[in-house]
Amino acid sequence: MAKSPSRVRDIFIQALFFAGLVAFLSFAAHNVSTQLAARGISSGFDFLSHQAGFGIAFHLLPYSETSTVFQVFLVGAVNTLFISVVSIVLASVIGLIIALFRLSPLPVLRAVGTFYVETLRNVPLLLQFFVWYFAVLRQLPMPLESYSLWGRVFLNIRGLYIPFPDDVSAVWIVIGSLVLGLTAGHFLNQYAVSRRRALGRFPAWHFLSYALPIVFPLVAVLLLRTRVEFLVPFLEGFNFSGGAQIVPEFIAAILALSLYTASFIAEIIRGAIGAVSRNQTEAALALGLTPAQVLSRIIFPQALGHIIPPLTSQYLNLIKNSSLAAAIAFPELVLVFAGTSLNVSGQAVEIMTMTLGFYLVVSLSVSALINLYQARALRYERR
Amino acid sequence: MILARLIRSLIFGFFAAFVISSPAYSDTIAEIKGRGYLKCGVSQGLPGFSTADKNGNWFGIDVDLCRAIAAAVLGDAAKVKFTPLSAKERFTALQSGEIDVLSRNTSWTLQRDAALGIDFAGVTYYDGQGFMVHKKLNVTSAEQLLNASICVQIGTTTELNVSDYFRARKIKYKLVTFEKNDEVVAAYGAGRCDAISSDQSGLYAERTKLRVPDEHVILPERISKEPLGPAVRHGDNRFGDVVRWVLYTWFEGEELGIGQATIASLASSGRPDVRRMLGIEGELGKNLGLDNEFSKRILTQVGNYAEVFDRNLGANSPLKIERGMNSLWNKGGLHYAMPFR
Repeated sequence: MAKSPSRVRDIFIQALFFAGLVAFLSFAAHNVSTQLAARGISSGFDFLSHQAGFGIAFHLLPYSETSTVFQVFLVGAVNTLFISVVSIVLASVIGLIIALFRLSPLPVLRAVGTFYVETLRNVPLLLQFFVWYFAVLRQLPMPLESYSLWGRVFLNIRGLYIPFPDDVSAVWIVIGSLVLGLTAGHFLNQYAVSRRRALGRFPAWHFLSYALPIVFPLVAVLLLRTRVEFLVPFLEGFNFSGGAQIVPEFIAAILALSLYTASFIAEIIRGAIGAVSRNQTEAALALGLTPAQVLSRIIFPQALGHIIPPLTSQYLNLIKNSSLAAAIAFPELVLVFAGTSLNVSGQAVEIMTMTLGFYLVVSLSVSALINLYQARALRYERR
Repeated sequence: MILARLIRSLIFGFFAAFVISSPAYSDTIAEIKGRGYLKCGVSQGLPGFSTADKNGNWFGIDVDLCRAIAAAVLGDAAKVKFTPLSAKERFTALQSGEIDVLSRNTSWTLQRDAALGIDFAGVTYYDGQGFMVHKKLNVTSAEQLLNASICVQIGTTTELNVSDYFRARKIKYKLVTFEKNDEVVAAYGAGRCDAISSDQSGLYAERTKLRVPDEHVILPERISKEPLGPAVRHGDNRFGDVVRWVLYTWFEGEELGIGQATIASLASSGRPDVRRMLGIEGELGKNLGLDNEFSKRILTQVGNYAEVFDRNLGANSPLKIERGMNSLWNKGGLHYAMPFR
């Protein structure tokens, strides 16, 4: 198809705009670096390979004081992603439950749901962080009076101490085999479903698709058993040594983020379910479906289209709100990298750019993933 | 909220780079005189150094230094506008010209002096990082803090010093870093940490905020050198000289016994050194680009170092910090004014 003149003109204008934008940004970058140099302020990204010099209490990646500033960035980023992912899962589950409460025919449950939503979404999130943090701390005993489980798991005001393999890679192997098992089971299940169409019943090996996600990690654990030693926490000095520690800041941050976001998610789900015509429920019930089936087979698939776009915003909000965990000493990106590392190196422009870049990349990836999912999930919906 | 601050400082960084295209090496003294007041960066509230009361009046040794500079340059110690700054913001504020001088319990280090485009003009207070613990722990030395959780506030060399100290002794520790000092004290009070680490002067101040201050003890170790002093922009040597000699005026005033209490009676003194300090003889002020009575105004309106110290940190303050290293050189301390000649 030949391009019409107006289309050519549009492309030309867009190209011009894009070139202008690139020119502006490179001018800005150049200007910043020359101005910084003129003021005798170091610039550039050399500082990333310098030694970090300080300890971080909670890290999922290998880290010590001798690690580089770039590793601080990675540790902070992974911690941010970790609390975000855990909180997103929890917030979604709690949000769904509260939404069902609010739609329940039982007045008591409705009242609980309403109370939950109206309190949590109307209190500033930072305040909730502090409330949960100091509430969590108040419940926990001092190290010498730790709660103990079989003498292996300990809980005190410094955190939860659990036995942990001496070699971290063992944990990753088990997690990897679980993911592998789930993937294999999923495809096996799809194949079984397609065979059912041919056979009129599920093939005899269908149970395997459910067994694989259990068998794979089990085999991994059995194989690793003799090779890995579990380090059990033991009291030494003022606290426990050995094993893994989950800090109370993590627990408080998860509670604050997930409970707060759940109140918004509950409203989104409630609204979306409300948007599905009541006649559908009646029709489905008339066909003999159970109420649970009505919800999972009829209402929910249709509500999904209304849920996903606002839900995405809530997930993105949660990821950005996770930076508030810095206030209660959870070592996420803003605290360790845009905080301590910034103070040590003084390179505000570079560090803030990297931090903003991280949040931007994560947010855009999450929206892209969800858009992809939505396009797939809703392909049957479109008339 | 934190993200908003993050964005703000980024925008500020770009803004600073775009808009301030005036030469980097400007004449701060002329700017201050033209403006009619000094722009002074202080802390967001550290007792003894810089705190504001509920009427917005600022107090503290760092505050008094800015008043002394204003007295020297503008003739009136009251002509100062104070800008409270977080640890994160402080250097950017100075670099970008938002403030003229940073007088905010800031340690003089090589990296800051060399890489941040700022210059330190001297030391107002020799501090050192220490630890505070609860008396019931029966700890007498920081070396006994095996596996202890240490609460600190972000934004200083604090984290690095704690890490260095314990690493050097192969003692395991956990660092719990908070953004705000109030949370550090609250978490320590709630039992989250075995110890707080901060500059010792700060620990004395924090202790007054705890429920029963007497239950807490500051350990003897000083694990770092923290020479706190005022900083100016690198390159404006003239203004740097003024700030340096304002500080020396404090020390020289104490050494010669000239202060708010005595200055009136010394007006007719025959001693040449006193007469030079009071601007009666010599041209010392003119050399600095000021008038010869600049030191007289500092000592009249603000006082000498002993008076400033006692009022804010020492015997006449709630902190009751001993002079120690902060005595004059001839009394076993480290403060020493270069000769006023």
